Amino acid sequence: MTYDATFRVWRGDASGGELQPFTVAVNEGEVVLDVIHRLQATQAGDLAVRWNCKAGKCGSCSAEINGRPRLMCLTRMSTFGEGETVTVTPLRTFPVIRDLVTDVSYNYEKAAQIPAFTPRPREKDGSHRMQQVDVERPQEFRKCIECFLCQDTCHVIRDHEENKAAFAGPRFLIRLAELDMHPLDVVDRRNAAQEEFGLGYCNITKCCSEVCPEGIHLTDNGIIPLKERVVDRKYDPLTWLGSKIGRRRSD
Amino acid sequence: MTATAPRGTGAVSPGHGNGMPAPRRATIAERTLRTDRWWLQPLVTVVVLVLFIAYSTFRAFQNAHYFAEPYISPFYSPCLTTACEGDTFPELFTGPSWISPAIYILVVPLGFRLTCYYYRKAYYRSFWLSPPACAVGEPHRRYTGETRLPLLGQNVHRYAFYAGLVFNVILSYDAVLSFRDETGAWGHMGLGTLVLLANAALLWLYSLSCHSCRHIVGGRLNSFSRHPLRYKFWMVVSRLNANHMKFAWISLFGVAFADFYVLLLATGTINDLRFF
Repeated sequence: MTYDATFRVWRGDASGGELQPFTVAVNEGEVVLDVIHRLQATQAGDLAVRWNCKAGKCGSCSAEINGRPRLMCLTRMSTFGEGETVTVTPLRTFPVIRDLVTDVSYNYEKAAQIPAFTPRPREKDGSHRMQQVDVERPQEFRKCIECFLCQDTCHVIRDHEENKAAFAGPRFLIRLAELDMHPLDVVDRRNAAQEEFGLGYCNITKCCSEVCPEGIHLTDNGIIPLKERVVDRKYDPLTWLGSKIGRRRSD
Repeated sequence: MTATAPRGTGAVSPGHGNGMPAPRRATIAERTLRTDRWWLQPLVTVVVLVLFIAYSTFRAFQNAHYFAEPYISPFYSPCLTTACEGDTFPELFTGPSWISPAIYILVVPLGFRLTCYYYRKAYYRSFWLSPPACAVGEPHRRYTGETRLPLLGQNVHRYAFYAGLVFNVILSYDAVLSFRDETGAWGHMGLGTLVLLANAALLWLYSLSCHSCRHIVGGRLNSFSRHPLRYKFWMVVSRLNANHMKFAWISLFGVAFADFYVLLLATGTINDLRFF
């Protein structure tokens, strides 16, 4: 079944822009990205949009749809009423390049600052061994497709540009958690998480978990456990004492 | 373990650093373009929490109607002063008569809930509006989160958790004592007994599903395979933890209801339904 939908799409660049209205055909089973492509093909040939896999696996087509950070390829048109106006804007946390395309380099800069995975020495036979049960927790965070919707929705940087310097954002806090929980890794990143990557800025309001298209429990399984590990290292006098006198094992 | 080498914060100027101009975002004037009722959840949270705070404050300062043999209100347990009604707990000191016995103890459950990771989310969103809802602009000009005092103090949550456990033991003991009748003889059970039992059970579920508890029982370990028992504990607490929000609310209602039930009994408004 086909119907004509009303769309508003933000068009412009860093010097300014506006929401432009479009009326565009929608077919049964389509997603927002299909409709954006139809707009490109029929009405706005120069509409800039970043996309790749159309399957929710590459993390390219992040945008804000009716104000909510979403992947355009995973947002079904059937979730909107036929008379409902669908508004599509670029991610508001990052500088806009043109139309729906933003410059997400902030994220790559933060990624580059994270101390890399540093495994313990290999075993005598040259292997690294770990049990599945030990690596399950970090594996959840490996599902991340780096769509940066969590970074976009996080109010710490969305509403406060000035915090970008001191705060790495939820995606990189779970990267730190992933490495810190890894059974082979030997680097202690807890102090860095707090002092250099701004873990204390997070007030665990869980928007990152709400928008994650991979369903990663960023807050409950990543950020809060990391906060608790930082408490062990920096704020809990008993665990500090225990580690100093050798009564507290670190594994 | 080795520590990370000191490194910069990556404190580049916003976005790109290198002294480049601040990046320019898409010019969208609206605070949010969300079309759903995003304001409903923070509003409901404010209303319910304000009602609870008003009721509990009134009851804590009322200093009356908190004991109806054999039941004691959870707001007044453990009752520590010589002015306390009933004999549910050793009377440790004599305080000024105008100070309610509840005032000495409520800091513990209050501190536990105030620093709870779930309640933090709830009140940061609904009272602080930081943010009021996802992708809705917050009204503050500056934001430092939990990086400095007083909010840095949220990191004491695990100690509040330990103290909360002690209270859970005492409230469970109160529930056991409610199997005595008015004369102190065992073998009684009334609706009040069930209310106190349910209250204690809900408080245990809320406490044991706590994120700090999850960390303490096993979350801090990197190798579960070397600690199979702690891994089992961690699995149980993790399952409970998924429902932490639910337990936080239900136990809040539970404790208010238990107090209200004792209030009704103590004022003679109703009689306890006695099973045996």
